[in-house]
Amino acid sequence: MAAELASQLDLHAVAPPTPHPVRKSIARTWSGLWPKLGAILLTLIFWQLVVWSGWRPQSALPGPWPVAHRLATDLSHFDFYAGMGVTLRRAALGYVIAAGVAVGVAILIGRIELARRSVGSLLVGLQSMPSIAWLPFAILLLQRSESAITFVVVMGAAPAIAAGLLSGIDHVHPLLIRVGRAMGADGLRLYRHVIIPAALPAFVGGLKQGWAFAWRSLMSAELLLVAANQTSIGQLLQSAGKLLDMQQLLAIMIVIFVFGILVDSLFGTLDTAIRRRWGLLGSEA
Amino acid sequence: MWAPLEREIVVSNVLALSEKHALSVERLSVAFPHGDQVLLALDGTTLEVKRGEFVCVVGASGSGKSTLLNVLAGLDRPSAGRAHVHGRVALIFQESALLPWLTAAGNVELALELRGVPASARRQLAYELLGRVHMTGFEKRRPHELSGGMKQRVALARALAQDADVLLMDEPFGALDAISRDLLHEELLRIWRESRLTILFVTHNAREAVRLGDRVMVFTSRPGRVAHEVRVDLPRPRSLDSPELAVIAGRITDRLKHEVTNGG
Repeated sequence: MAAELASQLDLHAVAPPTPHPVRKSIARTWSGLWPKLGAILLTLIFWQLVVWSGWRPQSALPGPWPVAHRLATDLSHFDFYAGMGVTLRRAALGYVIAAGVAVGVAILIGRIELARRSVGSLLVGLQSMPSIAWLPFAILLLQRSESAITFVVVMGAAPAIAAGLLSGIDHVHPLLIRVGRAMGADGLRLYRHVIIPAALPAFVGGLKQGWAFAWRSLMSAELLLVAANQTSIGQLLQSAGKLLDMQQLLAIMIVIFVFGILVDSLFGTLDTAIRRRWGLLGSEA
Repeated sequence: MWAPLEREIVVSNVLALSEKHALSVERLSVAFPHGDQVLLALDGTTLEVKRGEFVCVVGASGSGKSTLLNVLAGLDRPSAGRAHVHGRVALIFQESALLPWLTAAGNVELALELRGVPASARRQLAYELLGRVHMTGFEKRRPHELSGGMKQRVALARALAQDADVLLMDEPFGALDAISRDLLHEELLRIWRESRLTILFVTHNAREAVRLGDRVMVFTSRPGRVAHEVRVDLPRPRSLDSPELAVIAGRITDRLKHEVTNGG
């Protein structure tokens, strides 16, 4: 009957003419892009003006052009990619372990009241603890190794991810749980079909925050600890500092910055997609 | 997997006696902790519904009507007495209780999956069930893209997917506009006729109860108990606007007012 109604109303006749899809998507991309490009341009102009003012000598503060040139040179060298690879591998490994641990802990706390009262209160403390404070502990425990770095990354990311998922689980609408149980879902099936999907938007929020913590922890750890003579981004940054090579330093900082933006926008896209699917955004049409 | 209720009560002579009953409730009491005190939601309710019967329960808010359904669906535990459903139950809630991340078809398919229907058969069966509630063409919509009436149609399809013998409905059309409600009444009655379901329908609207039910049970207010039973002998289809229906509904409403002023 509702379908009948829709066909009677002839919705197509009422709808306004839509522009060509390709042109529409270009327009949308451009409208999202130009404020960012503008901000970058303004930053570059400001930077160049500061350099031109002669506030600091060129060796202490090189202008955007030499730094861009240096960045291009770096990007054509294998060393740089090797360093990037090491850093990304560490980030990915630590992050995946953190996510796994966090999911386990969050479900445990969500299901068992005693775990909530014990581990749950520790979680808050862990979250507010700067993960780099774990580094000396990690070094004594695991020596100056890859594992020590991974450990610091995990300690940085896991509490945030667990807290996100836990708040998602806690805020599942009780009606949905009743629905699930009324349909015969219990125990793990209730988690799989109702609780976890319902908690997913908050979980993605936690994952995003966890990533930020993981990335910061990793950078700090790499600056402070050279493990197994591996070239990493943090280590390239450190040696550029020691060699007083400001061009190199800025070039690497730009790489770190851009990478952060890329990953963040990835999470942003995921977040929007999920919220739209869950009906948490106003519809666009 | 269906049987939290059947597991609880296996008394053979009761089973034999109530062979033609789809559900029986005997001196059922349910109490909830409420702050320091205990709140008695149901107090010695007794009720029997025959197979294929459509029974409505009318009561003021807080009369424990929803609690009765929750106990029958196995979501709440009785404090005393017993509640028994012969066969599978499905529960339809007042608010749209569809899972927002699944499409209309996805919601129905989940019910099928939890019932143990093999994956290959689910999609087609879900589309058929949505067709039965006239939701063809809306299978891929998500709940937030559907109107209140459409959501309840999907909820109905999902309940049918549970292949229940007894359908428990908790003020399912309370939040709908008059026209949608009228259409859904017709829809529900058609499905009831076709499938010979047993339906226990809770509402606070006396007219709705008289339009739908073979019998109407009037509940006392807090704690809930059956105060009065009205057999509705009007021929079907019944119109909400017919004077005969209005007379019976008026009697029930008077009775409800009486209960509220005396009991509350």
